[in-house]
Amino acid sequence: MSTSTTTAGSTVRAPRPGFKERVDSLPRALKIGLWVLFAIFLFLLPMLNIPVITTEGSDFGGVLFTVSTYVLVALGLNIVVGYAGLLDLGYVGFYAIGAYTVGVLSSEHAHLSWIVVVPIAIGAAMLSGVILGAPTLRVRGDYLAIVTLGFGEIVRLCLVNSQWLGGAQGISDIPKPPSLVVFKVPSLDWSGGVPVIDLDTTSTFLKFGISDFVPYYWLALIVIGLVLLFDILVKNSRVGRAWEATREDEDAAELMGVPTFRFKLLAFALGAAIGGLSGALFATKSGFINPQGFELLLSILFLAAVVVGGAGNRWGVIVGAIVVGYFPERFRDFADFRVLVFGLALMLLAIFRPQGLLPPKRTVRAKRADARQAVLEEGEGNA
Amino acid sequence: MPDAVQPDQAHQPDQPRQPLSVDEVTDINPDVVIAPEDIGGPAVAEGEKLLEVDEVTLRFGGVVALNEVSFHINKGEILGLIGPNGAGKTTCFNVMTGVYQPTSGAVRYLGQPLGKRKKFAITKLGIARTFQNIRLFANMTALENVLVGVDAHHTTGVVSAMFRLPKHRKEESQGYERAMELLTFMGLDGKADELARNLPYGDQRRLEIARALATSPQLLCLDEPAAGFNPAEKAKLMELIRTIRDQGYTVLLIEHDMKLVMGVTDRIVVLEFGRKIAEGSPAEIRDNPAVIAAYLGVDEEDAS
Amino acid sequence: MQYLLDNFFALTITGLTLGAVYALVALGYTLVYGVLRLINFAHSEVFMYGTFACLWIVVFLGGRAGGSLGSVIFWIAMMFVAAMLMSGLIAVLLERFAYRPLRKRNAPPLIALISAIGASFVLSELMGLRQQITGAVGFDTYLRVYVANSRNNTGMPEVFSPQPVFTLFDYQVTNVDIFVIVGAIVLMVILDQFVKRSRLGRGIRAVAMDPEAAALMGVNRDRVIQVTFLVGGVMAGAAAVFYMLKIGITRYDVGFILGVKAFTAAVLGGIGNLRGALLGGFVLGLAENYGSALVGTQWKDVVAFVLLILILLFRPTGLLGESLGKARA
Repeated sequence: MSTSTTTAGSTVRAPRPGFKERVDSLPRALKIGLWVLFAIFLFLLPMLNIPVITTEGSDFGGVLFTVSTYVLVALGLNIVVGYAGLLDLGYVGFYAIGAYTVGVLSSEHAHLSWIVVVPIAIGAAMLSGVILGAPTLRVRGDYLAIVTLGFGEIVRLCLVNSQWLGGAQGISDIPKPPSLVVFKVPSLDWSGGVPVIDLDTTSTFLKFGISDFVPYYWLALIVIGLVLLFDILVKNSRVGRAWEATREDEDAAELMGVPTFRFKLLAFALGAAIGGLSGALFATKSGFINPQGFELLLSILFLAAVVVGGAGNRWGVIVGAIVVGYFPERFRDFADFRVLVFGLALMLLAIFRPQGLLPPKRTVRAKRADARQAVLEEGEGNA
Repeated sequence: MPDAVQPDQAHQPDQPRQPLSVDEVTDINPDVVIAPEDIGGPAVAEGEKLLEVDEVTLRFGGVVALNEVSFHINKGEILGLIGPNGAGKTTCFNVMTGVYQPTSGAVRYLGQPLGKRKKFAITKLGIARTFQNIRLFANMTALENVLVGVDAHHTTGVVSAMFRLPKHRKEESQGYERAMELLTFMGLDGKADELARNLPYGDQRRLEIARALATSPQLLCLDEPAAGFNPAEKAKLMELIRTIRDQGYTVLLIEHDMKLVMGVTDRIVVLEFGRKIAEGSPAEIRDNPAVIAAYLGVDEEDAS
Repeated sequence: MQYLLDNFFALTITGLTLGAVYALVALGYTLVYGVLRLINFAHSEVFMYGTFACLWIVVFLGGRAGGSLGSVIFWIAMMFVAAMLMSGLIAVLLERFAYRPLRKRNAPPLIALISAIGASFVLSELMGLRQQITGAVGFDTYLRVYVANSRNNTGMPEVFSPQPVFTLFDYQVTNVDIFVIVGAIVLMVILDQFVKRSRLGRGIRAVAMDPEAAALMGVNRDRVIQVTFLVGGVMAGAAAVFYMLKIGITRYDVGFILGVKAFTAAVLGGIGNLRGALLGGFVLGLAENYGSALVGTQWKDVVAFVLLILILLFRPTGLLGESLGKARA
């Protein structure tokens, strides 16, 4: 893929093949094999009890689940912000709608089963995305941010003030998903310095109990896999191209035949649906939800996950979600300073690495081409 | 075809030419067939009215940008739209493509008024355009830019994409084929995977035309396609426009370069201060006193 | 409905008073947006620091109820000085450290917003953690009065008791109310004249309309932007004084809701439009109060948000139309 270009007078060495290139050039079967191994590693992660990574204070399975909800949210928000270029500061609203739909329909006012309730929650979130998006996506970019922020807050205020939705006390006794016992997975015990398989401490695939959060994490992983697949399939199609074109230059895109409003609304609705799905999973794992869990700060954290990771790059936002979801849990001792550190991180990131940790392909290509250009220009002077 | 003069050498005689594959400006391949695909809609015979601008007036507050402008363009023509700066040429394009709604009057395409159609709907009807200052999708590749144009008539949505339904697969492969045809025609097939922003200026202009052609228009509107070109490049552009017409498109051209306009158009419409002041063949326009008066004070270089 | 009618004038005056505060804070948002097309998310913290400056200076000077007229005037004057200095300083620091580096790098708007959000959190958390921070360097006992309970509400000693001045139907309009409303209008007039007549004011308008042309005409863009932030900050400082006189309590996160409402007021009046900010502030204050009388006080904030959304949907240019600059698409 990368070649050396030699011209009379100056030799331009192509940048050394990066990690991505080397991975891409492996034979397909090997790549699939690596992915499978990686997936297995992820599933086993909570059982491996790897010393430094595992959180001491809180249950690692629970932490992994939290990180997974962040990953889901980041993937959904990435469609809105990264692909379609729409600034959404109220994403927590969809997350809350997903969670509360589950709460209301399976605990507060009805007792429908989990399998029925979750799709309804996704649908409710998606519908609210359409209802919010239809009038507001015509609004100018900056204003969209504030409108969505207002939406997020309106949702929260309605939740707090409405007794029908549980009010400030929230909704509890949300039932677990139905269990399907397949097999037990042992854990690793590192207390002796060397990992030893501990057959007593196990998690069951898939038994949803009260104390063991690992099966929830496994469920979340499966959902993430499906959403990732969906993301890849949709992005590499006319839909993905339409989003990119709209983000690049909306007027030009429309003049080239792209119904930009429809695609923006689609991005909004899909993002909302995924946010609602994540909220629904959160509600079932938690068993209990209240409005305090759906504050503006959460919207900002979600947005930060996307921006820190690299808006527009699905792997980047996953990394961002892991950073934003994991570090506060890992460093709980410094809980008081979490938000301060977070704010500083955002400021520094904005100044020094605005494209995020894993910038999307287009930014990398652009930077590399710019760098090549710069070398050329300097090279020509020396020729 | 004019001599293959290397534009870069013509510009920088003292610099040793160090072309890199990306930056080399290429020739078009006129033998590639890129006739407009059938997108449905009524058939129009050669020479019949394709688009009609009917007493269009456009007011912005107190400013009258277009004042009862009327002209038409026939199928198979190359019509030139000229006039001094600020005459309203691009504004006219904007009205024709749905960017502005006329204050009064109408634009009729194949006899039907455009009405309040959205921009993308007008493109789907069969009117496509390029821009005065290039508006490519800078961070997408050349191929992706053209694919967006081809997608104009596709209908793949989330569901088709998600399940890789036959519709998606058919549209993707057809789209890819058509896009590569257009890129090859423009001589850009070797640069299909380059980011649009990294292409040399001449290639960018060609890419924009390719992208517009990808929407299978009947009418192609070019807004100052020769801006920034040197004489050799302009000659190539004239060739390109003629070839496009010969392949079955109708072309409406805004240009400042008189030589180019006189050389390539069949008819010319002249605007000044939002009004049409003349219409006719190149020869008639060249000798028209009103036109000459309108252009007095313009650079020697631009006046024929 | 009956409640609304019964307390109409009380609601009106309270609405106008709070609206005056919104209006002054809105000026900061509208000025910065007009000149930079940036929503200065952290402006709410500029206001918040002003409220604390008021509080601290009063405590420091030993302000208390029952003082002589001379000392009351002195304390209030010092409140203005302290708050305006503090808010102005925070605003200028914000510009220097959160926004200027991004401007120099031509950062896209999303990134500027991220930086703004980050700065907002940093500022509010610093205030909320002041007890821990001073504790770390051993000053927390010494400064106890200023830093204790940093996460909770902190009240300001009442410097004077509001005296009713006249009665409007059955509501007694106090001197505080009049002071706030009139004060806001006076400040607005001063600012309006400044922007219209002074050299810097012209510079602000020029940069808002066309930064490049302004630079070509010799306007020092960096200086203009600094002044814009400073002026917005000073206005927020004044708003802080009025807020503390009327409400008397503050908290590290008092900025957030008030900031969003002030931004709503700015948009309501027309972004970039100074008079619009004044009108928007008053309209929002009134709408909030009347609205909450109709549907219940717990929905007060929702009224503001809903109003914001409605304005952006149906009249995005605001009541008085955009001025200074236009909103970015």
